[in-house]
Amino acid sequence: MTQNEILQQSPQVLIEKYPFLSSFFEGQHWMSGLNPAQSLAELFVLIDEEFAEDQAFDADAFIGQLIDFITEMQAFIGNDSFKVNKLTILPGTNKSGEPEGFEKLDFKPKTITSIVGPTGSGKSRLLADIEWVAQGDTPTKRKMLINDQLPDSVWRFSGNKKLVAQLSQNMNFVMDLTVKEFLELHAKSRMVSDADDLINRIISSANELAGEKFSPDTAITALSGGQSRALMIADTALLSQSPVVLIDEIENAGIDRKKALEILTGEDKIVLMATHDPLLALMADQRIVIKNGGIHSVIKTSSEERALLAELEQADNKHQKMRTALRSGAVLQRENE
Amino acid sequence: MNLVTISGPPSSGKTAVILKTAESLKQRGLKIGAVKFDCLYTEDDVAYEKAGIPVKKGLSGSLCPDHYFVSNIEAVTAWGVEEKFDLLVSESAGLCNRCSPYVKDIKAVCVIDNLSGINTPRKIGPMLRMADIVVITKGDIVSQAEREVFAAGVYAVNPGAVIMHVNGLTGQGAYELSTLLFDENQHIDTLKGKKLRFSMPSALCSYCLGETRIGESYQMGNVRKIDLKNN
Repeated sequence: MTQNEILQQSPQVLIEKYPFLSSFFEGQHWMSGLNPAQSLAELFVLIDEEFAEDQAFDADAFIGQLIDFITEMQAFIGNDSFKVNKLTILPGTNKSGEPEGFEKLDFKPKTITSIVGPTGSGKSRLLADIEWVAQGDTPTKRKMLINDQLPDSVWRFSGNKKLVAQLSQNMNFVMDLTVKEFLELHAKSRMVSDADDLINRIISSANELAGEKFSPDTAITALSGGQSRALMIADTALLSQSPVVLIDEIENAGIDRKKALEILTGEDKIVLMATHDPLLALMADQRIVIKNGGIHSVIKTSSEERALLAELEQADNKHQKMRTALRSGAVLQRENE
Repeated sequence: MNLVTISGPPSSGKTAVILKTAESLKQRGLKIGAVKFDCLYTEDDVAYEKAGIPVKKGLSGSLCPDHYFVSNIEAVTAWGVEEKFDLLVSESAGLCNRCSPYVKDIKAVCVIDNLSGINTPRKIGPMLRMADIVVITKGDIVSQAEREVFAAGVYAVNPGAVIMHVNGLTGQGAYELSTLLFDENQHIDTLKGKKLRFSMPSALCSYCLGETRIGESYQMGNVRKIDLKNN
């Protein structure tokens, strides 16, 4: 649409044509009190000069932004069908300039990769490289491919389309809303048309993960640590459109971690998980060892490690059972061997 | 020399973001200078000095901070050119949310944080709407959902901007921001003749001139009244 064409349209007609514009027009203070059925050209004439100056309103800039918004949102919605089936990292160098210890590293949806290495070894850099879709232009010189192709720059610059969603231990909910209101708000920002069904699924998934159930009317700030983490995971799995989920340790309290990973992989996410907990690290299909700022090696989880994982899980189950029993006031007893 | 103006609400993380970004730029062998505009008090100049970045600080005191900014940015630019900086960063707090101390053809960055509330993007005026790059900070302490909702809110008021997340503590995203701040082909020698992207808030009333007494008879000049009837 050209500038002149858009000037002849009214906000009302534009919103009918592009429903996503409602959020854009809601942010336009200058329109309050004006009739949205009038064309923009007519509305511009009606704006009080003093008010325009107060709000620093500039008609040309406004039209430019409106056109930007329509173009980008159309691309955003249209690209919904674009699926990341494979993410590839081509090696760069470590801090000393030595080549990294792998030839090509693929990540596919439904798979889990754990990341190990001491603090400061370069984990954040790896994540930043993925998020920025590095093209040999970051300190590590790594290159990324999406579906075996050079990625579109939209992954870098768009506010709405990000490759990586993050879940970390320090995260908290800060809004003062109920679970339901909160999810509605998130769904709206993601342009989800039929949100009710999705919101119910998120809440029931989260309740599967958390030891204690919560209702849609609970305030998000009143959720326990485990419940918040469960809600964040379920919400990221079902509502975030980022194909890659990065998890920075999941604590062992009040949440079924195995199920959490299943929910994420079940939604076709590529899961990356920084952890030193053997139970989590061995759940991964492969693990990346980071040393001195570079990827030192990539290890496929062996069958022996998988057997070990089964043992660890048994011990963990026992632990969790005792936790549940303690909570209900039971006296713990040694199990019959 | 490159010039970048960075603004954002107080405590949004401007200085932390600039310091992390400057680290990356310095590793590329670029010479960075900074100027910090504030109202009454700032210790940020110490932080810049500690990071080995030459810094000038300007406190507006009883003057409108943005008027103070625009009256001084040209001289500060001349200082930067004289010092042969590759990049001069001007940092200023947006205090009434109305202003955009942004200059046409000079890269403008707005820094806002995830904790500032979901309606904040709508409350901030041209400072956010007119920025070329919007940096969102403190993303490591709020949920992914809140980050996405907040970014969508920013996007709705400034669809043309590059919106990125930078962590001022770990520096995640700072390297990426640094690649957008410095452009080899840009050479600013002076700001003379350049224009603001937007007019500053206007005021010239008796209180601008030092009046302290309250009451109708002391109000003169550009005075505006709250509408209590239709409010």
